[in-house]
Amino acid sequence: MWDEHREMTKKEASVPEGAERMKPRRVYKPDVDIIEQRDETLLTADLPGVDERSLDITLEKNVITIRGRVEPEFPAGYRLAYGEYEVGDYERIFTLSDEVDKDRIQATIRNGVLRLVLPKAAAAKARKIAITAA
Amino acid sequence: MLWTDVDRFSSLDPWRMLDRLNRATTSMLAPSTSEFPLVNVWMDGDKALVTSELPGVEPNDVDISVAGKTVTLRGSRATTDDCKGECQHRHERWSGKFTRSFELPFVIDQDKVDAKFKKGVLQLTLPRAEADKPRKIAIKAE
Repeated sequence: MWDEHREMTKKEASVPEGAERMKPRRVYKPDVDIIEQRDETLLTADLPGVDERSLDITLEKNVITIRGRVEPEFPAGYRLAYGEYEVGDYERIFTLSDEVDKDRIQATIRNGVLRLVLPKAAAAKARKIAITAA
Repeated sequence: MLWTDVDRFSSLDPWRMLDRLNRATTSMLAPSTSEFPLVNVWMDGDKALVTSELPGVEPNDVDISVAGKTVTLRGSRATTDDCKGECQHRHERWSGKFTRSFELPFVIDQDKVDAKFKKGVLQLTLPRAEADKPRKIAIKAE
């Protein structure tokens, strides 16, 4: 159910200590749901304003980076009369465990929601060990 | 000290600064909690543009109603597929039903409201009703 007391403002993404951003734009950390199942891990992220052309997912070693560029909202002729949210890019970084089969990762985006399927490598699937009575 | 400050600011575009100030003050007035979804209201003379971020909401699942000056957004979003069997979970995304009402400074022409949904962002164009627009009164000379 919808939690009335939850703060709904966007959370800004952190930058490494001592580092600065090159562009003077805000960067937000998208909200995610992660469900880990036996065969795969499913990651869902809210990226309003992002589509397949403005989304970048990179995998380097075990680090997966999700980056979404959002065109600044500035309708021609209009001026902002009342603003509750700000528009910015999205960025979030996850470290994958060794068990993800990196060649079979699938990503789809629809209505501003990213679905990332991270299949588990065959060797990492949980195996049930049969115990025999001695 | 003051002079260096003045100097620093004068090198900036004053319109940009005004916009930034406007943004800062309007977002201060905005309620930060409980209202959902958050909206931005843009004005251009006799029409308003309302934007709201509703990722993952299907266009058919949003109900927009307009009455007088008031706009009401109703909708819902389902949770991500439930776990089948044993699984670990990280749950940050919102789900459930929402209702949001807000008032514009004019009566809206209900027949000319236009709603677009792009990349999970709702865009509502709300023109002012003809009857609500101020009329110019001609003065007849005697």
